[in-house]
Amino acid sequence: MARTLTSFVGEAEQAAPEAAPSPIRKFLTARGSGSLADKTFAGLMLLCGFSIFGIVLFILAVLISQSKLSLHQFGLSFFKSTAWDPVAGDFGALPFIAGTLMTSFLALAMAVPLAMGVAIFLSELCPAKLRAPISFVTELLAAIPSVVYGLWAFFVLVPIMRDQLGPFLSKYLGWTGLFEGYNFGVGILTASIILAIMILPIISSITRDIMIAVPISQREAVLALGATRWEMIRTGVLRNARIGIVGAVILGLGRALGETMAVTMVIGNHPEVAKSLFAPGYTLASVLANEFSEASGDLYLSSLVEIGLVLFLVTIVVNGIARGLVWAVTRGTPARAN
Amino acid sequence: MSTNPLHVSPPARDNGALPPSAKRASTWASLNSVRRYLVNQLVTVLAVMSTVVVIVPLVAILVYLIYMGASSLNLAFFTHIPAPVGETGGGMANAMVGSGVILGVASLLGIPVGIGAGVYLAEFGRGSLLAAAIRFTADVLNGVPSIVMGIAAWVLLVKGRGFSALAGGVALAIMMVPTITRTTEEMLATVPHAIREAALGLGVPKWRTVLSVSLKTASPGIITGCMLAFARVAGETAPLLFTAFGNQFWSFKLTEPIAALPLQIYAYAISPYDEWHRLAWAGSLVLIAMIMVAVTLVRIYASRGVLKGAS
Amino acid sequence: MGVSISVEHLNAWYGTTHTLQDINVNLPANHATALIGPSGCGKSTFVRCLNRMHETNPIARATGVVKMGDIDIYKDAQPVQIRRRVGMVFQRPNPFPTMSIYDNVASGLKLNGFRNRTVLDETVERSLKSAALWEEVKDDLKKKSGASLSGGQQQRMCIARALAVDPEVLLMDEPASALDPVSTSKIEDLIFQLKSQYTIVIVTHNMQQAARVAENTGFFLNGKMVEFDSTHKIFTNPKDKRTEDYITGRFG
Repeated sequence: MARTLTSFVGEAEQAAPEAAPSPIRKFLTARGSGSLADKTFAGLMLLCGFSIFGIVLFILAVLISQSKLSLHQFGLSFFKSTAWDPVAGDFGALPFIAGTLMTSFLALAMAVPLAMGVAIFLSELCPAKLRAPISFVTELLAAIPSVVYGLWAFFVLVPIMRDQLGPFLSKYLGWTGLFEGYNFGVGILTASIILAIMILPIISSITRDIMIAVPISQREAVLALGATRWEMIRTGVLRNARIGIVGAVILGLGRALGETMAVTMVIGNHPEVAKSLFAPGYTLASVLANEFSEASGDLYLSSLVEIGLVLFLVTIVVNGIARGLVWAVTRGTPARAN
Repeated sequence: MSTNPLHVSPPARDNGALPPSAKRASTWASLNSVRRYLVNQLVTVLAVMSTVVVIVPLVAILVYLIYMGASSLNLAFFTHIPAPVGETGGGMANAMVGSGVILGVASLLGIPVGIGAGVYLAEFGRGSLLAAAIRFTADVLNGVPSIVMGIAAWVLLVKGRGFSALAGGVALAIMMVPTITRTTEEMLATVPHAIREAALGLGVPKWRTVLSVSLKTASPGIITGCMLAFARVAGETAPLLFTAFGNQFWSFKLTEPIAALPLQIYAYAISPYDEWHRLAWAGSLVLIAMIMVAVTLVRIYASRGVLKGAS
Repeated sequence: MGVSISVEHLNAWYGTTHTLQDINVNLPANHATALIGPSGCGKSTFVRCLNRMHETNPIARATGVVKMGDIDIYKDAQPVQIRRRVGMVFQRPNPFPTMSIYDNVASGLKLNGFRNRTVLDETVERSLKSAALWEEVKDDLKKKSGASLSGGQQQRMCIARALAVDPEVLLMDEPASALDPVSTSKIEDLIFQLKSQYTIVIVTHNMQQAARVAENTGFFLNGKMVEFDSTHKIFTNPKDKRTEDYITGRFG
């Protein structure tokens, strides 16, 4: 407990007349120690920090409590059933899981090589002057809203798929059995393509960050041994960065799993496991987007919320792993905020 | 003949009789280096091609947007509400205002909490395990699909009550908090510790130091981070689908469904009417223009070294 | 008016490192005391214990008695109260970059809630004059930012900032080490003049500086204060061999 300090100098020593405290000294000694304000402020900030945990816990709690009905009714068979019949009250999530996995992995397969190419180009090969504009352009790509991507995909990509790309693929690659069935333009493949375009920027920019984090000495060591540019990139950079690059890819996967609007607009919205890349499908996020606002009936809603729960848990796990990997490589460098 | 006493005559040459194994080895070596050279060139070409392939969709989308949307952008677009089906004209004025209302609510709720959490991470929790856990959780939250936030807001505010602008605002606020937390923390970390010490050394209490020195110094970057979060949620449709829901008419009440630009774009895009498609393009152009401005401003700041890697 | 400082059994730790070991010393009022010694021997830590800045580091700890006048600064007061009475000048100038020169100098007052315009104006002028900076900046007080001055000017402004709160003690941690010789000599002159009004403790690597400026000198080595005496005595006839070795440059 502090006494109010009038001065360090005790009264006995205060001899000379000039020792009378100045108005400043008087003011400052009269001020409190501010410890109450400090504690309150610190507590408030801590509360805000806890809000992050609060948000996650709240979402989890809400999703679990609202899906109790269907969890109870269907149990694990929810994930194996292909039924989706609001009228009869029979719900199963398999078509959505299948659609989500198909589009996401197909999108990854298309996006990852391209993203690597861009990352390699920007971090190792690009002339310095072009670097800023091109990376700016990839950032702009990341900033375009999903619904705008969907709009473009619906009016431009779908006709291309229906009239040009689709026939081309079934003519030359039809032997693979992947391109059966009628091609309406909407379907798994179209959704995968727009998804690939959307996850590309995040994979490439994080990969680029990771590649830049590899110390120059690693590159120089390989070059000194007489490697070509590509060999230097392969052994000096990519080998060191591969953990982080895996992380970047998984982050892209996480993004693809949850992507809603653009996929909804071009996937065809048909609750069946697609048998060909041309067939329409359905994803976890899309069924929520399409049916949630009109769902009536507790079991229907509960099933939809359960789908939301699945989506939440899967993306948390995937993103957790990805962030962990990226952190392990960049160790302390601030992670990107998206 | 050299007169240099240090000169040593070169050894006698034998004329090119290399053993066959050496010949094979050197042929293999030169082929190998040719192969390596070709691989190098190939990879370079592939890398350049991928970059081109990436740029093309963006340019294509932008060009297409401008082409399709520009013609529909007239004064009526910005001042009128949608016309009834079948009629031409009308606009998305209510959607733009509605977005403004929702974003206002979201900012009011999300920005203070986000900045507060960022302040905690940078000024109070530095190096602690709790701070690391919060940071990690915020990063993971950033990857959760926005539609899930919509469900959470739906349960909280819509269930049993009906759609509302407030619910939409809350859904977007939940999305803004983790983003703003991280960017605020990063910006505060750039404030040199020396000036905090200067303030503390003057007897300024910690809370005042954080407000008047740390936050004040980092404020340009923090504001930029908030702008970024704002631009990001401005384009979000999914969380609004069953919270704000959308509205064909003017609405300002927080407890009623309200129109929003991305919602309206979506509704028009999937409708069967050409007129509405036209409006969807125009709306997209407005939305993108706004977001591009925000991203460009952030870039300008980033090039001044204020904000690194937080976009 | 300065005040005397007495230190008894001061020990300080950073985490598990025992940075200061049983320091006992009396620093007289209105005198300048120099603290010399090789890098990392605890001089800065000692000074930071005098205004309780040491404990701003979460892993730092200190025990012992430090009295200013007759107040035990660890038992009888809060850190914030102590720091308002003790001014500190750091090794590198650290002006507030978002504030003007005026606001920088007045910051100790303004950030503590002081509002009186006239007194603030007078104080800023008086402090800048004491710091020998007034003539150079008097026309740009509110126009220029604190960070736009040269290194030597910034440090003098930081001194003015410390003086503005009317402290009784002035702690200076190698204040001229980051500056050029001209600025350094200006600051040394300053300290010489300020001695009569404040108790000054100055950490320095520069023994000539200690000799020029301080009446008393303390020699630190490995966290212990090996010797404390009048500057003249330390530099001409030190008691301890280690002090002599350091003075004559045999190490450090």
